[in-house]
Amino acid sequence: MKRRDFLDWLIGISGTALGAFVLYPVVRYLVPPKMPEAATRRVVAAKKDELKPGSFKTFPFGGQPGILIRTADGEYRAFTAVCTHLGCTVQYRSENRSIWCACHNGTYNLEGGNISGPPPRPLERFEVHVTGEDVVVEKAKGA
Amino acid sequence: MIGRLIDWLNGRLGLDTFRELAEHKEVPIHRHSFWYYWGGMTLFLFGVQVATGILLLLYYRPSADEAYESVRFLMTQVSFGWLIRSIHSWSANLMIGAAFVHMFSAFLLKAYRAPREATWLSGMVLLGLALAFGFSGYLLPWNQLAFFATKVGTDIPGSVPLVGHFVLVFLRGGENITGGTLTRFYGFHVAVLPATATVILSLHLYLVQRHGMSVPPSVEDAGGRPRMMKFVPSFALRDAMGWLAALGVLALLAALFPWELGRKADPYSPAPAGIRPEWYFSWMFQTLRMLPSRILGLEGELVGVLGITLAGLGWAIVPFLDDPQGRGRRARVWTWVGIIAIVYVLVFTWLTYRDVKR
Repeated sequence: MKRRDFLDWLIGISGTALGAFVLYPVVRYLVPPKMPEAATRRVVAAKKDELKPGSFKTFPFGGQPGILIRTADGEYRAFTAVCTHLGCTVQYRSENRSIWCACHNGTYNLEGGNISGPPPRPLERFEVHVTGEDVVVEKAKGA
Repeated sequence: MIGRLIDWLNGRLGLDTFRELAEHKEVPIHRHSFWYYWGGMTLFLFGVQVATGILLLLYYRPSADEAYESVRFLMTQVSFGWLIRSIHSWSANLMIGAAFVHMFSAFLLKAYRAPREATWLSGMVLLGLALAFGFSGYLLPWNQLAFFATKVGTDIPGSVPLVGHFVLVFLRGGENITGGTLTRFYGFHVAVLPATATVILSLHLYLVQRHGMSVPPSVEDAGGRPRMMKFVPSFALRDAMGWLAALGVLALLAALFPWELGRKADPYSPAPAGIRPEWYFSWMFQTLRMLPSRILGLEGELVGVLGITLAGLGWAIVPFLDDPQGRGRRARVWTWVGIIAIVYVLVFTWLTYRDVKR
């Protein structure tokens, strides 16, 4: 190898290495640190008389929205409110007793099953207990 | 005195070069010349964006606690704040509209033929940047519509296998849409995108200057070289007339239809009924909305996203797929592809507005 070729090669390698040394911390900087997930398994979602039959509310559940529905029969049901399609927050429509996502017109039944529109999976269902004055929502066991 | 000052500047800055360029620049006159004005129109509206954007910066505060309130303050308390914000929002929409007209006319007139492939490609990058400006700017008022538009918009790349999750976290600054996302989008909107756009726009304008205006094959075939018009002053004055008209339209739109602020974003409330993205994303939105949940065993959303990405890539590299002379059967096929694309975008945009009423 000629001396000039060697120097060209050395400059190329050094330049690449320098570029990598500069770029590596920049790329790492751009990726945000992982925040510890709030290990929420159980929250008080509402007070006992807060929801009338046929109404709903959304509530924070471990950093994500959950939805608590009181059906026309007075029964409580709770699910994650994050649509399985593109992550919008769903709502309850009492007139056709379904859970609806306004973003892309996806619907789920009151079991959480995806019944029409683009959602590919059912909503995760939570357990609901009425404890004293509180309506407590809890992740299903094994979930 | 002024003459001496000009001579002094000329000796140091070489202004004669620019004067010679302006004197020699010519624009062909033919039945499609109307479409030549749309690039300049897009540029003018970009200028309006830069000017009003700088003015908005004086009051805007990029944090989840203050963004909405600062825009409300700007619109209700600051003199002409409503006007500056409305012009910024309307001009953004008109700019993207003008860019679409510019792109589709360049496509159908086959202005991307050699040696203008790089001009087309730089234009495609500029359109991508304009859409990124629109998407990032939409979140900044931190209202409910913007919150969900960003949630969906960042979830879409998240559905792509392998790199999707990385892109999602990079865009959002975490797993969810938070104040961190707002800060990031603000950084993209006022620093990263303007810097990139300045470089690519300079390249695009340099290439337009270098290669001159493209004459469509149909005009070339009809009768050789068309008549020419001096850029300065004839074409430039016509350009200026168009810009003046655009300014009038902007003022009218801003005064009659001030841009709404809506409700402040609440991460835990449901997506409001009637939610839809800005019109320039709505054909993609409608496509994703109409796809079934599963197609050939894959998630419908993934198929939609991949389909749109491939179509966009095919569109970007059309100079290398079409006939180099823009003539013959292959050229006719690509003309039809362009017409179908325009019809698809128009119909799906209309479907969005028909199906999703606010």
